[in-house]
Amino acid sequence: MRNAIIALILLALFAALFWLPSYAPYFYIFVATEILLMGLFAASFNLIFGYTGMLSFGHAAFFGIGGYTAALLLLHFQLPLFWVLLLSMLAGMLLAAVIGFFCVRLDEVYFAMLTLAFGMMTYAVVHQWRSLTNGSDGVAGFALREFGLGLDLQLADPAVYYQMVLVIVVLASLALYLITRSPFGLLLRAISENAERVAFCGINVRRYRLLSFIIAGTFAGLAGGLFAPFNRVANPDMVHWTESAQPVLMTILGGAGYFLGPYFGAAVFVLLETWITTYTEQWMLFLGVILAIMVIFFRRGILGTILDWLLRRQ
Amino acid sequence: MNEPILSVRGLSKSFGGVHAVQNVSLDVWPREKVALIGPNGAGKTTFYNMLSGRLRPSDGSVSFEGQDITGLPPHRISRLGISRSFQITNIFSELSVRQNVEVALTALHGKGLQMFRIASRDRALREEAEQILAQLGLAELADLRAGVLSYGDKRLLEIAIVLATRPRLVLLDEPTAGMTPEETRQVTRLIRELAASNTYTFLITEHDMSVVFDLADRIVVMHRGQLLAEGSPEEIRNNKAVREAYLGEEEEP
Ligand SMILES: Nc1ncnc2c1ncn2[C@@H]1O[C@H](COP(=O)(O)OP(=O)(O)OP(=O)(O)O)[C@@H](O)[C@H]1O
Ligand SMILES: [Mg+2]
Repeated sequence: MRNAIIALILLALFAALFWLPSYAPYFYIFVATEILLMGLFAASFNLIFGYTGMLSFGHAAFFGIGGYTAALLLLHFQLPLFWVLLLSMLAGMLLAAVIGFFCVRLDEVYFAMLTLAFGMMTYAVVHQWRSLTNGSDGVAGFALREFGLGLDLQLADPAVYYQMVLVIVVLASLALYLITRSPFGLLLRAISENAERVAFCGINVRRYRLLSFIIAGTFAGLAGGLFAPFNRVANPDMVHWTESAQPVLMTILGGAGYFLGPYFGAAVFVLLETWITTYTEQWMLFLGVILAIMVIFFRRGILGTILDWLLRRQ
Repeated sequence: MNEPILSVRGLSKSFGGVHAVQNVSLDVWPREKVALIGPNGAGKTTFYNMLSGRLRPSDGSVSFEGQDITGLPPHRISRLGISRSFQITNIFSELSVRQNVEVALTALHGKGLQMFRIASRDRALREEAEQILAQLGLAELADLRAGVLSYGDKRLLEIAIVLATRPRLVLLDEPTAGMTPEETRQVTRLIRELAASNTYTFLITEHDMSVVFDLADRIVVMHRGQLLAEGSPEEIRNNKAVREAYLGEEEEP
């Protein structure tokens, strides 16, 4: 019964979002696309953070490499977007395998520092490798042609691109959700709570941490691969360490203990940023205050706090 | 008799200058119930830590069923068939009681890499977990968050996780510590039942002498990191050195 209600609400939400272009102002199509992509990016981060218990400060590396892969493939090979996205995921996966191989050996703050270090190295490479990446200007000037798979989509139309992003993000999120509920996901949650005990149950903890890291990198690569065509450019901002901070902030804002927390956090983050920056330059100040309040009073995030409140009223 | 299931030779561990375990050799035979006793700080937990892979020995060797396992990581040793409980309760407080056991069963059955099916819909896993919980009298608590259990029930869950790895050698580190007399009796009864099934070998550390003398086929006494005595409960009861080691520390049985 409760599950049916939740499913119905999500279905209604999906329908409302899918037909957003028909009733919302044009501007909000862009806002909604950004929310979806940052939501997926943050949710992939939360597989490592909320579900495996490791705080990564270098997640933008995978988002960024996904974006650059997409931009370069579109620019030089004019591949259909579907194949571009698959290769973006592959790029995120491979980079996560390499970076993760070193990082999952470390715990706690050392893990965080090493992911940050690798994130900075990735940024430096992207920024310096001018012949390939065009330095700080980034890769731009590519055109979106077809989606592939025989689908006839007018991807150059922001409304169509938004609807495509929505469908892909929903599918990717379902896959991520299934992973968190799977036996593998159960072991990840157990590891996040008490890695030692899991090891004494016969599990090679490092291997599971690495797999979690790689899966997260793959989905971040997908988010990046969708983001670059949306933004019309893949530039070093996508790989910068401040970009790595975004999923961390969004996840804490929304609630790391809930699968939908990061999406919720991304929505609040992007909407607030949009509204506040139309009134004042001091977005960072507002964000800082909001985060401080969240961390001091609402540790479970906005979504967690709302759900707690609803459950208590029942 | 056949081969020992566990064979320890000259095992030592020092932390800086502290010789926590010194040159301990011990054979444990299949289906035996051996009690490892000794005053606080004798080195019992450190000894377990080396057997189970939590600590790397400074010296010496451990072999299990004829295979050298010295210095192997915990997950390898667990998979070979040695499982341990912890003196300080070591469970997954945020997971449900059932999930605590399912974590171990998932590992045991090699289901850990299944990513595209819902864990809670795995009927076989669920039933096996519930069967183990029933064995410990925890069946009714299966859906509770493990963190809210009473202290005694947490200790029982600790043992449930150990059993769920289906070990052949079980290392219990003070399983009844802090339990009520009723819970202690329950654990003693459980260990005797499990031993009767003839599939387990037990090495048990215990401060409660009634439990020790009740259960053990053989008693090994450690003192200041060394083996002080070894023998049948009767022999240990009458051993002078053991009495002296315990003098002023514990009440004699
Ligand atoms: N990680 C460690 N670092 C330094 N010293 C340690 C460490 N672990 C144990 N020791 C020391 O080694 C000695 C043996 O400790 P151990 O915990 O093995 O004793 P025990 O027999 O289990 O005692 P108890 O009955 O109190 O549980 C003690 O002197 C202890 O302080
Ligand atoms: Mg001890």
